[in-house]
Parts: sequence; C-alpha cells; structure tokens
Amino acid sequence: MTEMVYGTVPRREGEAILPRWWRTLDKWSMVCIFLLFGIGLLLGLAASPPLAERNGLGAFYYVERQALFGGIAMVVMLITTMMSPQLVRRLGVIGFVLAFSALAFLPVFGTDFGKGAVRWYSFGFGSFQPSEFLKPGFVIVAAWLLSAAQEINGPPGKSYSLAITVMISAMLALQPDFGQAALILFGWGVMYFVAGAPITLLLGLAGIVILGGSFAYNNSEHFARRIDGFLSAEVDPTTQLGYAANAIQEGGIFGVGVGEGQVKWSLPDAHTDFIIAVAAEEFGLVLVLFILFLFAVITVRSLMRLMRERDPFIRLAGTGITCIFAIQALINTGVAVRLLPAKGMTLPFVSYGGSSLIAGGIMLGMLLSFTRARPQGEIGDILLGRGR
Amino acid sequence: MIRTPLRPLARILSARQKGENPDVIERENIRLRHEGMRDASRQCAEGRLLVLGAVFVFAFMTVGLRMAVLASTDPVEPRTTASGTSIIAQRGDIVDRNGRILATNFITNSLYAQPPIMIDKAGAARELARIFPDLDESSLLKTFNSSRKFLWVKRKISPEQQQLVHDIGDPGLLFGPREMRLYPNGRLAAHVLGGSSFGREGVNSAEVVGVAGVEKTFDDYLRDPATGREPLRLSLDITIQTAAERVLSGGMKLMNARGASSVLMDVKTGEVISLVSLPDFDPNTRPAPLTKGVASDSPLFNRAVQGVYELGSVFKIFTAAQAIDANLVNAGTMVDIRGPLKWGKYKIRDFHDYGKQLTVADVVVKSSNIGAARLAQMIGAEQQQDFLNSLGLLAATPVEMVEAHGAKPLTPKNWSEISAMTISYGHGLSVSPMHLAAAYASIVNGGTKVTPTLLKSTTPAPIPGPRVISAETSRVARQMLRAVVIDGTASFGEVQGYAVGGKTGTADKPKEQGGGYHEDKVIATFASIFPAHDPRYVLVVTLDEPVETSGKDPRRTAGWTAVPVAAEMIRRMAPLLGLRPAIEPSSQDRLTLTSN
Repeated sequence: MTEMVYGTVPRREGEAILPRWWRTLDKWSMVCIFLLFGIGLLLGLAASPPLAERNGLGAFYYVERQALFGGIAMVVMLITTMMSPQLVRRLGVIGFVLAFSALAFLPVFGTDFGKGAVRWYSFGFGSFQPSEFLKPGFVIVAAWLLSAAQEINGPPGKSYSLAITVMISAMLALQPDFGQAALILFGWGVMYFVAGAPITLLLGLAGIVILGGSFAYNNSEHFARRIDGFLSAEVDPTTQLGYAANAIQEGGIFGVGVGEGQVKWSLPDAHTDFIIAVAAEEFGLVLVLFILFLFAVITVRSLMRLMRERDPFIRLAGTGITCIFAIQALINTGVAVRLLPAKGMTLPFVSYGGSSLIAGGIMLGMLLSFTRARPQGEIGDILLGRGR
Repeated sequence: MIRTPLRPLARILSARQKGENPDVIERENIRLRHEGMRDASRQCAEGRLLVLGAVFVFAFMTVGLRMAVLASTDPVEPRTTASGTSIIAQRGDIVDRNGRILATNFITNSLYAQPPIMIDKAGAARELARIFPDLDESSLLKTFNSSRKFLWVKRKISPEQQQLVHDIGDPGLLFGPREMRLYPNGRLAAHVLGGSSFGREGVNSAEVVGVAGVEKTFDDYLRDPATGREPLRLSLDITIQTAAERVLSGGMKLMNARGASSVLMDVKTGEVISLVSLPDFDPNTRPAPLTKGVASDSPLFNRAVQGVYELGSVFKIFTAAQAIDANLVNAGTMVDIRGPLKWGKYKIRDFHDYGKQLTVADVVVKSSNIGAARLAQMIGAEQQQDFLNSLGLLAATPVEMVEAHGAKPLTPKNWSEISAMTISYGHGLSVSPMHLAAAYASIVNGGTKVTPTLLKSTTPAPIPGPRVISAETSRVARQMLRAVVIDGTASFGEVQGYAVGGKTGTADKPKEQGGGYHEDKVIATFASIFPAHDPRYVLVVTLDEPVETSGKDPRRTAGWTAVPVAAEMIRRMAPLLGLRPAIEPSSQDRLTLTSN
C-alpha cells in the first residue's frame, strides 16, 4: 500500500540477480547508449574509408575495429552495470591507481604517433590512451573523498581530491593535452559544486580558470593558435573548422546522401573529432539533432535519477560521470559549429577510438550502476515525519 | 515528538548521575546531527543537480539550434582570400616632361597549375609547350607528376595566350589576375626607368616593385596610395631622347666603339633632358645581371651615371677657369709650355709640340697638358681640391637613380702637387659623364652651382645655386670653349647656327688588372655647350674605345670620334629643343686676337 502510494521500489527477498538488474536499470538511457554506438558504426562506414585508403588498409578496416572494440565496450558496460556501487567503488579505486601509474610513466614509455603530444602506449595491435581510462577512476576516487569529507570526523577529502585533480591536470597539460586536463578539472568542479561548494569559492575558481586560460594562451603556441582561429571572424576555409562548417552547410536538413559526402576526404580527423561534420553532411540536420537528443536524454535522465539518490558517494560519482560525458559531447559538437574554439575532443561512443570506446563503456556502465533504482529510505522519512 | 535538550551536556550529566554510559548519548547525538547535515546537503544537491540539468539541456539546445542555422544557410564556394579588386592600377605612372607615358600598368594574368586536380597532365604539358615555346614539355610533365601542389607556369601571359590555355580545358590550370608594369616605348630611356619585378606574390595579386633606376628610387612614392596616382613627371623629353639614342647608336657603330653614353642637361636647372647609355636593354624583359666578368660589360650598366672614368682634357677648362677666377692669370697670360715637364720621376708631355709658350686660352684651345699642369702649380693642390669639390666632382651625384649613389668619384689618396698637375688635365680623378655635365653647366651658366636632377622642375624660374665662379670668368670660359670648336681640337663640332662650344678629352683606358694604361684603348669625350654665347644646354658624349679608320692610320682622339657624333646629335636635337638657328654675336675681344 505504502509502496503503491509513494512509488518506492520494493525490495524482494531472494530475487534473482538478472531480473532485479533489469527491473532497477535505467533502460531508456541504456537504449540511448546502444543507439549512439550504432550511429557511430554507421558513421564509421562513411567516415573512415578515406583514412583506411590513405593507410593502405581495407576500406572497412576501421569499422571492423570499432565494432570489435565497441563489442568489448558494451560487454564491459553490461558487466559494470550489474555491480553494486560498493564493488564499483573498490574496482574504480584500483583502476585509478593503475591508470595513474600508466599516465605517470607516459613520458618514459609513451609515444606521440608524430602528433606532437605523448599520449599513447603503442602495442602491436593497437594503442592505449591512459588518460581515457583515468577519467572513470578519477571520478570514483574524487567522489569517494568528497563524500567522506561530509562525514563528521571524516578525512579532509576536499583538499585531498583537489590535490589529486591538480596533479593529474598538470600531468595532462604537460603532454600537452589541455582538453583532457580541462575535463578532469571540470569533473572535479561539478562534483564539488554538487557536494555543496560555497558560491564565493566557485566564483573564485572561475576566476582562476580564466587566469590559467590566459596564461596558457600566452605561453603555449599550440593553444594560442586555436584560440586565434576561433576569435577571428573570417573562417579560413582551408582549416578543419572551415571544412566542417562547409560540410554542415552542404548537408542541409536531410543531407547529401549516404556515401556522397566530400568532407571526409579533406579532414584528417573526420572519423574522430569531426565525426559530427560527416554526420551533418551525409545525413543532414536530422541525424545531428537525433544524436544531440540522445546525449541530452542520457544526461537529463541520469541527473534526475541522481537527484533522488541519498548516498553522497553515488550522487557525486554519478554527477561527475554524467557531466564529463555530456561536456565531451557538447565540446565536440560545439567546435564543429564554431561555438567553441577548436579542441580535439572525441564524441563519446560515436567517434572512432578503442581506448575512448572501452573507457566510455566503463564510465557509462558505472553510471548505469549508480542510477539503478534502489531503496532510498523515503518511507523512513515519512514515518519519522521528516518528509517535505 | 521527542524533545531534545539544547545542551547535550545536561543529558550526559544526568545520565552519569543515573549510572548510564554517556557514550551512547554522544553517538546518538552525532547520528542525529549527521542525519540533519545529510538532509541539508541532499536538498542543496537536489537544487544544484537541477541547475546542472537545466544548463546541459540549454547547452544541447544551443548547439542544436546553431547546427540548424548553419545547415539552413547556403554553402559558399571556399575562397582562399578576398577577391583581387585592389590590384588595379596600384602603381603610379611615369611620364616625361610633357606628360607622355614612359611607364604604366597593364592588367594581365598569371598562369599557375595545381597538379593534384589536373586531369590530363601529359596533354596539358604538351599543349603548354606548344603555346609557350620557351617551356619544356618533359620538365613540365616532371613537375606535374611530382608531389607539388602548386606551381607558377608563367608570371605574365597575353589575352591570346590565356584563351589558348582556356582551350586546353584542364581544371588544374588556373589564372591569377596580375597588374604588370608596361614600358610602351621599349628600350627608350631604359637605364633611367630601370625596371620592375613582382615582389610578394599571391594567387590573386602581386606587388610590383622597382628594381632599378627611378622605379626603385621612387618606389615608395609610386606605390603610395596617398599620392592619388599622380604620375611621376621626369625631366626627360621622349622626342629628344629618341633622337639622341638614334644618333648616338649610329655614331657608336661608325666609330666602332664598344659603348657610348650621352647626357643632355639644362644648364640653368640641371634637368636631364636626355640620358643615353649604349648598349641598352628592354625594361619589359629586363635581362639578368651578369654573375661573372666585368659589370660594365652588361647592358644593364649605365655608363652615363654608374661608369666613372678618367675623362682627360675636358678638365682643362676647370683649371683655366679657376686660375682666371683667382686672378692668377687672365685669358691672355702667357704660360711656359716647354716640355717635357719633369716633376720628380714623372714627365708630362703634350700630344703635339706647341712651341715655347701659349696663352691661357690657347692652353685650352690647343689642349696643352704642360700648360694646364703649370696653371695647377700656380693654383695649388688644396685650392684645386676645394674648387672641384664645389663643382660636385668629388662626391656621388645626387641624381635620382639608385645607381648614382654607388658611383663615387675615384680620387687620389694623397692630393699632392703631382696629383694636382695630372688632375688639371683630367688624369688621376675618375668621374662619371653625369658629374662632368653638371660641372660644365655650373661653369658656363654664369657661375652658379647646378644640381643634376631627373625630375621636371616645378618652379617657374630656376633657382640659382651657390656661386662657383664669377659671371665674368664664366663668360671667358664660354669664349674659350667656343674657340676650341672654331680653331681647336673640336673643329668637327661646328653646327651652323647653334654656336657650339666645348672641350675634347681623350684618355687612355687604364688596364683592368691595374698597372698602367692601354696603348690603343681610349675613352673619347666631348663636353659641349650650345649656343656658346648664351648657353642653354650641356651635352656630354662619351665613346668607349672608339676607333676611326677612314684615314691611313686608325684615329682615336675625341676630335675625330666623339666630336662628329656630338655635332650630329646637336644638329638633330637643337631644333627639337625649340632653339632657332641664330647668327652669333661677333666676338670682339682679345680672345680671338691670340688665336691664329
């Protein structure tokens, strides 16, 4: 009766794992994730043949690889969703330690693939980007520390997590990978915001970010050139941004047709950072809006479910993951439409990239695990008369 | 509702009194506080998560909206730069003193190729080689097949050639608009104009920069948009220049000379009416500078401005004028000319033996080296140096050509008495024909310094420069120069009705490797003024290694080579200059008395 009235989730003793998983899972979000992955494969079919041709490989070499990595990512995600938050936290901390060590040893063992930034470990069959795997682990650790700080007589988790954040950002910025560094900083900022940061402090942090940005602008040519390219009113059509803008315009509402696009032949990053331009050119505004809708649904649904969550750790970790995921999608699409300066950022699940896919699977798996419906002690509130 | 005491200490104290464990109360207390905190933080988090969600929804909608705006605008053809509207008539014209065009601009096209988008590379190379015979088919094809993305095929092409290239029909052959510099008169005044080439070059425009001559000197002026495309007006006269080039070119051939130059200057204003240096070139297709050998062998070399030579006896008039101006002598003073004149180990000889003594005027007329050297001894080395300096013979000419700054006169390191003696008859000091013309103008115009210029004078009346010699000395000098033509070495220089005066100079050419002079190579110069009684113009004609072979022996002296050429030039130019043939006022004075 109470359950029916207040919509709380019944906890059935002795229920089998899979049915309970299915019953408590955020199925809509999971459907969205699968759809995104499917769109990624579809766009990969369009965007990656030019690259494969340049590298002398079979036309759909990269699509096959993405299907393989995507399959792994989906399996990893499903497994992760079945874990309890405690298990996720434990594994997350272990994963963080591993990824952090991998990141720390990059300058020694890493490779830059001739792109000017040492970000990868090269194995024979593929490469591995530790910064992608660091993100889920980092969110778990930071959320754990921040939630522990909310306990009375708890550890000074805010300072600890801030120290970790700054250290990782510095290491990433030295690669240089300002995008990932900014993501890490942003993730921590959002978690701290939800954990109840004082407003004055947030304003102060915003000031520091602006200062840091101008420092990077003045001291890093890599960084300055991109900002300049963004701020100049005239878009040089021979740059990636110019090609992307042109592709979106060519595509119009319904696109030029499957396989008819031209931008993938001009853009070196058509299959990763500018995948949205390929989507816009070949499938038109319709598909782009659909992709944005899927991202928005995942983000909003997750945040709504987290609002009801009472466990501070789950709430913070879920927020961090959701926001990092959403901001990545926003930056990627925002760059393509010139709302943001050019910054290499993959579109989660859609862009090609093994590390990015699998790490994305882990992250979203964690998120789905955190957003699973579970008893939140609402009845206790009502019984104790503390309801709102 | 359970009432919690405000101060837990009271409860603990009462519990202690009852013998209960106070820790339980303490824990209960902490639990309650903790729950309160968590509720507060959860409510805060709920609000903030709502804010986050709203922000993200807003951001996604912004991106989507922006995407929709972009997708609904029409695509534009990518262009690398703004269109080339600004290249039309950028550079100012150059005109002569009467406003006739010497240099102007012409809109044309350049041809470039983008091999990656070419369809039939072999066919294009074959057709291009057919249209432009100077292109090589195989090397073109090789470049097309290389990894280059862009190459210039031709910098300037004509409309007919452009049509032929259009007819090839290859999309990889493209045209860029160009403004090219055109010299419609071809070789005329080539050395003065210099030439131009493309500076920074883009696909849609290229800057035209001057590389020599007035094009380079006035490069900033010609390119300055603020001048309002006001043409650069030179002092040259196309008609006179044409006549001068024709006659000088013919004379150079007749006299078998290697090269020739002439400078025609207004004696009052210093305006250069005509400046010729032969051999010349076409500034439209300026030849490449010589990379080896002697620079003066190149047609680019301006003999009248860049070449400094020991010009010989033409200097004697300066010596005589200075001696008379300093009241050391007058035109009739007798000078001892017994030779050879010894000074240390040096001996100064005359070309002929003129007897024991001559008047100062006859020293000039007969061209006696010994007589000039005696006058120089009277004047003194220092005074001579000052005087030549005041005539502008010891510094580069200020004429407005970049080449002029490099043509500094070669002066003796130590201006000793012997230097003064040789310089008195034009040896030991090398100057350019332009120097000489300006100095002659200063001597004969009444005695005020003349600054040579290539720009048309803008003042209605000429502004006299600082005085160099007195007007009376100037008059005497004019009479001496006239006498040279009437009775002296320049008798071939007489032109009926124009009262030519002047002085010849035949100087042995120094050997290129140093160490003495050539026996049979001379620089023959005739520095003339006309009309001598009221000079309007100075004409300096210089022939390089002339030899006149009509007689038994080859004749090289200026009187046989440079003078007849100069006379013919005056005969042709004087009417064009607007001078009427006039009867000379009778010469009344002592000068003619002393001549025989």
